[in-house]
This record gives sequence, C-alpha cells and structure tokens, in this order.
Amino acid sequence: MGSVRRHVHIHRDPDTVWKLVGDLARQHEWFPLTSCRVEGRKRWITLPSGITFEEDIITHDHSLRRFQYRMVGNPGITAHLGTCDVLDDGRGGSVVVYSTDMEPEALALVIGGAAGEGLAKLKQMLEHA
Amino acid sequence: MGRRILFITTDQQRYDALGCNGGSVARTPVIDALARQGIVYDRAHPQNVVCMPSRSTMLTGQHVSTHGVWMNGVPLAADAPSIASDLRRAGYRTALIGKAHFEPFIDPFLRFAENRIGSAGLETEMVVGADGLPTPHRGFEHFALATHGGVGPFHYARWLREKNPAAAAMFFPVLDQQLQVNAGGGGDTNAPQVKHNEIPREMYHTEWVADQTIAWLSSLPADADWFCWMSFPDPHHPWDPPKSELGRVNWRDIDLPPGYIEDASEREHVLDDKPLHWRLWYDGTFVSNYEAPAKWVPKTLTADNVREINAMAHIENELIDEAIGRVLASIDARGWGDDVDVLYTTYHVDSLMRLPLIWRPAASAHVAPSRVTAPVGLVSLASTFASIAGLQQPDYAEAARLPHADGEAGALGHERVLTEWDSVLFGKIVGARTICRDGWVCTAMLPGTVHDGTEGELYDLVNDPLQRVNLWGDSRHTAHRDALLDDMWSSLPTRVLPLRPCDAPV
Repeated sequence: MGSVRRHVHIHRDPDTVWKLVGDLARQHEWFPLTSCRVEGRKRWITLPSGITFEEDIITHDHSLRRFQYRMVGNPGITAHLGTCDVLDDGRGGSVVVYSTDMEPEALALVIGGAAGEGLAKLKQMLEHA
Repeated sequence: MGRRILFITTDQQRYDALGCNGGSVARTPVIDALARQGIVYDRAHPQNVVCMPSRSTMLTGQHVSTHGVWMNGVPLAADAPSIASDLRRAGYRTALIGKAHFEPFIDPFLRFAENRIGSAGLETEMVVGADGLPTPHRGFEHFALATHGGVGPFHYARWLREKNPAAAAMFFPVLDQQLQVNAGGGGDTNAPQVKHNEIPREMYHTEWVADQTIAWLSSLPADADWFCWMSFPDPHHPWDPPKSELGRVNWRDIDLPPGYIEDASEREHVLDDKPLHWRLWYDGTFVSNYEAPAKWVPKTLTADNVREINAMAHIENELIDEAIGRVLASIDARGWGDDVDVLYTTYHVDSLMRLPLIWRPAASAHVAPSRVTAPVGLVSLASTFASIAGLQQPDYAEAARLPHADGEAGALGHERVLTEWDSVLFGKIVGARTICRDGWVCTAMLPGTVHDGTEGELYDLVNDPLQRVNLWGDSRHTAHRDALLDDMWSSLPTRVLPLRPCDAPV
C-alpha cells in the first residue's frame, strides 16, 4: 500500500479554511482538477488530462472538519482512501493535512504531488483573499 | 555567426559500448570518427545515477544538492537555471528533441510543462522569466518529445498513433497493470524487459528523433546560431529494437561482458563484500527505487539473458550511430560542418558509473584531438556550452568547462568528480555519496533503512577496473579512504533544504 501525506499551514482560522475545503464540489478551485460534481454520497472529479474518477464520499464531518473519500469503479485502482483534515493550530491558524493510501502505490505518489500543489494554492487563495 | 552546438545524449549507455572506447560488439563508426577528431574523456561520471537528477545537472551545471532533483519523480523547479535560456538570450535558436525528463512522466493532472506541451502538440510553453519577460520553458523554443515507447502524451507517441494506431502495442509495455515497472520478459530467453518489436524501423523512436532533428535544423536560416539537444531514449531498458534489425547482433555469438561474473557463488561473494543493499536487491528482498522492476529478482538472471540483453542494447547502439550519421550529413549539407561542436554523452549507466563522453569541437576552433584521463562530470556541460558560445561561465554553474586536454584539467579544477544518489520509496531509504580521483573511487553509504552510515566501497581503478575487490574495510587503505572521504565531504555543495518533494514515481 502506498501511503503519502502532505500538509500546509494557513494563517486563517479553521472554520474559514473548512468553508472552502469542506465544500466538496469546489475542490477544483484549489486542487489541480478541471471539475467536481457531487450527487449525494457520490462525487466525480475530472483531471486536466480528461480522466474522470468516480468517488464514494466516506466521511464529510463538519464538526471534525474531515473529508474522506474512496476512488471506486476503476479496475486499475484496487484500494484507495483519501483523507483531508483541517486542524486548529492553536494560534488562530490551521494546518491542512491531505493523506492518500492506495494501490497501485505508484499513484499515491502522483496524488500526493497533486495534493502538494493543491495545498499551496489553497494557502495562497485563503491568505491573499 | 558563432559555433553551433549539437548535444547528443543517449540513455543508460556504457562507456565501453562504443568502438572508440574499446567496444567490440556494436559498430559505431560515426561516433568513433567524432572521437578521433575530438576529445574523449576516459573518466567521466554522472552526478547522479538515475535519469531526472542527471538530466537536471546537464541543464543547470549544478550538483544534485543544489538543483534539488534528488531522485526520479522530483521535478526540476520551473525557474531553475538553464544553459539553454542563456544561449537563447545570446541569440541562439534552441531545441530539445527526444527525451527531456526534467519532470515526472506519470502526470494525469498535467501539472508539468513537458506533459502539457506533448499532450497539446505544442512546440513549447511560454513562461515569465526572471527578467519579467516571456521566455520558453527551460529556454527551449522547440520541443519534440519522446520516451521509451509509443504510449503517453509526447509528440512521438501522438505521431505514432496517427501513423499506425497498432504500433504502440508493438513495444514492450514499460509499466504493468499495477503501474510498476514491468517485470515481464521476452525475446528468445525470456530476458527481462526484452521484446521482439514488430515496428518498422522508420517508425522507431531513434529514427524519429533523428528525423525531427533534421527537420528542425532545416527550418533554420543559414546564418542562425543554434543549440540542439538531440536526446535518444535508447539503449535504456526496455530493450525492444525493431525486429528487422535483430540480425545485426546474434546474442548466441557474443561473449558475456567482462563485468559479468557467470559463476553464481563467485558473484555472490563479490556482492557480499559490498554494502548490504546490493545483496538484498540481488536476492529480491529490498527494492528501494522505482526504476527497477519490483517483482523481478535479479539473481534469476541467466547468462543467456545477459547475452540477449547485451545484444539488444548493442543493436540499439548501432541504430543510434547510424541516426547520428544522418543528422551530421544533413548539417554538412547545410554548409555548417566546420562550425558545429558536437558533444556526445549519456545520462547514466550501470553501477560502475563510467560514461561515454566525447567533445568534437568545431573545426574552426582548431582544438587538437586528445584523450583526457582526468575525472570530469556532466556538471561541466553547461559551462562547456557557454564557452563554445563565447559566454562567461554562468554564475550558477558549479564546475568549469571540460578540459581540452589533461594538461589544463588541473587549472580548471578537474581533480575529482562527485556523485550523489538518494532513493526513498515508501519507507525504504538508501543514500550514497561517491568521489572519484587519482585512480580511486570511494562511496560512502548514508544512514538509511539497511545502512548505519559506516558502510562503503573503495576501489583501485588501476588494478581493479571492474571494481570487484572492495577495499573499504582493508586497514592498509584506511588512511587513503579517509582522505578521499574528507575531500568528498568538503567538495560537495551544501544541500539546499528543505528537500523538494517527490511528486511521482518517475
């Protein structure tokens, strides 16, 4: 199982950060995606290469500020759990942690890289808003 | 008009693959002629032993610790220094044709310019440079990108799909269904990463790279100065040259290469005298990097597998030589022959690290042919290109230009050559630092998953050129080993931190 984790510190309070991160249909605004579509406990994301992934929303907990999802319906992906947590840093800011556990493990690195870029953009968006 | 520059790279080619370096299997008359007319470097090492870091060193003139591409999958920073940018600012037309790989290949998010350029069929992508002006990606106004097969977003794969939709499947599939480097085999001996490729020769990537180079050069005005990096993906694995060419080298007729120890017990004894990761990898119990097939066990390799792989690689070497011949003929036909410097090398090689490196200066420069035994590295290429173009050594470059002869090597600082290697793959960590100088090569293993930082390798290249007898622990050589290590640690640049993240497996 490939396991990767990226994080970023954002000088904005957790509720402000979660307002964007927790809106699952808006992830393409900060993650390198072209679109997100949410229907109930399902989400479809489209990548700039044109590939679309179907996801099951596992956790969407506003009090915990946690989002977990699983890529499904793709025979090439045999296991996946993505987790995004917005944590209170105790000093008025937030730490956003994006984790990916998956097989094929090679893809975990790729999603980890995208998450790194996404988190950097999230920080830029929120701190310069 | 100045001196034009044709920079030719192959990928993973041994020093002794070429006739001019003692090779006796592949016929390489074109490269041998360049060697006769120019300068052959007999002790050239890469600054890293895998693709992306080594390529980044060529472009930036920096060691890995500085440019930060510390393993495959770590992209070179988009604003990293580039000798191509400097040359372009000096009026050179610039192109990179073939394999670039400064950025990860596996990129469904299209985060990296090479993949965006390829997938959109563009020539380049414009960015804002340090001076605030638009500049092409990494200084190249023209990209025509290719890699080891017919799949993916690059120009070659797109062209191939258009010409023959079935052709992509003729190549050996580089990755398996789990996106691991494919451990499968083929050919006559079920050798790993070997396939008899039905593709017509004229559609093979070696021919395409040469054709694209000729086409780009033909598009330039006669008075243009130009820098063209012609980057052949071969003879890197997989080994799947066109089947029509297999008659060039019959694997049944060739000897085992001198570096291969056929007797398993002797081979394992030699491995056991090296740091532990060698034996663990050989046994298939420790795979610390993505580039080797994770499901393949090296100790299962047979002598016939080695012969067949060697034959396939040499077939690819011959095709490269002939392709270079076509490009040089086209340059002569344009009337540029006397004003073109040709540099020839490869990105990285086997564990011995010895690269082919040849500089054939333009005839108009009147540089005498020579063989240089002083240690040099690919880190000197950027300064060499600058010197050819009449530019000062770039302030970002960490090594002087290549010497014309041994006599000026010392004055240019070519006393040692350094190599770094790090690999971190899901908790498996290996790192090594190597120095080569005065006929010795010494490698220190860094603390990691299987090493505590006390292990290493020390070889006497004069008496043991195949590096079989590890003198690291030999008390008669302790003082010399420690002197080499002191020199290595004091010569390596300070590592730029934090480490750039790994964004893909390769």
